Amino acid sequence: MLVSPILITATGGMMCERSGVVNIALEGLMVFGAFAAASVHFFLEPLFGPGSIWISLLAGALFGMLFSVIHAVAAISLKADQTVSGTGINLLATGVTVFLSQILFKQDRTKQFMLGMMPGPGGVYPTAWIAFAVLFIAWFFLYKKPAGLRLRACGENPHAAASVGIDVIRIRYTAVLLSGFLAGLAGGCLVLTTNTQFNSTTVNGHGFIALAVVSFGRWKPLGIGAASLLFGTALAFSIIANDYVLLRSLPSEVFNILPYAITLLALVLFSGKNYAPVAAGKPYEKGAS
Amino acid sequence: MKKHTRRGLSALLLESDGAISVLVVLLGFLSGTLLILFVGRNPVGMYKAIVQVLTGYNIDRGRWYVRYVGEWLTQSMPFILCGLSMGFAARVGLFNIGGEGQYIVGLTTAQFFALLGPRIPYLHWFAALLLASLCGGLWGGIVGWLKARFEVSEVVATIMMNYIALYASRICIMRIPGTNTYKTLDYPVTALLQNSVLQKMTGGSMLNLGIIFVGISVVLYWFIIEKTRLGFSLRATGFNKDAARCSGIPVVKSIIISMFIAGAFAGLAGGIVALGSFKFGRVLAGNDGYGFTGIAVALVGNNTAIGTLLAGLLFGMLSSAQPLMESNSIPKEITFIIQGLVVVFIAIRVGFRMIVGYISKRRADREIIIHE
Repeated sequence: MLVSPILITATGGMMCERSGVVNIALEGLMVFGAFAAASVHFFLEPLFGPGSIWISLLAGALFGMLFSVIHAVAAISLKADQTVSGTGINLLATGVTVFLSQILFKQDRTKQFMLGMMPGPGGVYPTAWIAFAVLFIAWFFLYKKPAGLRLRACGENPHAAASVGIDVIRIRYTAVLLSGFLAGLAGGCLVLTTNTQFNSTTVNGHGFIALAVVSFGRWKPLGIGAASLLFGTALAFSIIANDYVLLRSLPSEVFNILPYAITLLALVLFSGKNYAPVAAGKPYEKGAS
Repeated sequence: MKKHTRRGLSALLLESDGAISVLVVLLGFLSGTLLILFVGRNPVGMYKAIVQVLTGYNIDRGRWYVRYVGEWLTQSMPFILCGLSMGFAARVGLFNIGGEGQYIVGLTTAQFFALLGPRIPYLHWFAALLLASLCGGLWGGIVGWLKARFEVSEVVATIMMNYIALYASRICIMRIPGTNTYKTLDYPVTALLQNSVLQKMTGGSMLNLGIIFVGISVVLYWFIIEKTRLGFSLRATGFNKDAARCSGIPVVKSIIISMFIAGAFAGLAGGIVALGSFKFGRVLAGNDGYGFTGIAVALVGNNTAIGTLLAGLLFGMLSSAQPLMESNSIPKEITFIIQGLVVVFIAIRVGFRMIVGYISKRRADREIIIHE
């Protein structure tokens, strides 16, 4: 429940950075996705019942993808500073979603839907399966398919890639839109499993955590899976800790700090060699070298 | 003659960052206005609110309320300081998303000292602000050290530090005797930044002594960056790290110092908000958001002292116009949308340049053809 949105978003972020575009907008894209999923679910639930969950997830994903177009156009075609345009989308996200809520629902959040996503057999949310599927497909695509090799080439040395006939611009566009799709999907998963409505604090930094997971997981599918699990465990720890007398005496904030402190520590411990894709964050200019 | 001025405009846009910033802000407001029209509200309400914040003049009632100007300046202070924080790091080539965390550390330190420090008039709040600034600086300095020593990406590190700061602040403030789940006891009078002269001048607003420190900070920022050897070596590091290292500039030290100073600005912002806008300490439930918006402020201000000052005033204006917009039945989130759009437009200014350059080149080509 806690891991899947992070894992899905991080996978999207990884694809995006492997193609050479840093996507700091993940947080904002999750906000867009969560908003769209919650609204669509509210409107369609009376019509389709539980089936509308899947439609709303798709809606969330598409809405996230729609706004990632801004990042793609800015970062790839207009050669913008990728961190800056990402920050812009993050700022835009809270503004636009709450604004739309004001227009649609006359309040600063979406109206509550009746029933979110329920855990399937074994108490596992279906989102967990989605997350694993997404991660597996990403791994398969990146390492077993020619297109994946091309995508990685664009992130390491776009000029070399272009010299063997790869369309760098098109691949980067695809990767950014894909990460928008996945971040929107993750936002939908988040709101449908943990809440009954969307408000401005629904996403609350999950996108930023995913960003950290990408670099902590060293831009590799397996690493990202492990990093998300570690994060999820640290998050879950704060819930479990209530059952132990010894741990309960500590303020609950200590456990809230834990995931972030662990990530920071891990980044320091595993530092030294830079694993990031070489060309990530640099705009690609045709012909220049 | 007309043609000549038009060429002058496009040349100005190509050369001056300031002109681009003005254009970008105008575009942001234009898009915001269109959006309001699109959803069927009247955009005049937004501009009425803005006029009232800037001048204190309420158009509907035809009366002056100076208090709004005071509130505007009060609101702008943390924006300006967080903008300086972001801008200072940006000058050295670092992206400081950690303004929020440094702000929280400053706020927490100031609250702590205000409640538990010795109650000497004047010295009390002064020491609290100084400590807030120092601790904010240390919080930023840690990230600088991690970046310089271990090559940890400052983007990810500062995000982590933001969350650690938020929760650590809750732990610390809740430990102060007399604190409930959301606020501490009231501060002693010696810790408050209130000033009766400033309040009287602005019709009883929250305007406080912090404004002096904001002024000093802006001048200091300009002086350090433009006029000192330290500033020069910092800028050189930002332009080209390897070249700077080759010419004997201690790059590692530069990075740590710049993150320290950046953090100090944000920490001061925290101190001023804690002691100036509140009479009690807060147990933070979430981010105040000044640090994040500070990024946008610095971007619009092109990381210069005067630009950041103006951009901070702009953002402070948008934020203090929110309640007035609400009463004019404009959703206040429009201000966030305008802020976001401005940053997106800033990001694509390279694109703007390309378009402007293309148009003026084509015009020049056409002129050549005509002459031939």
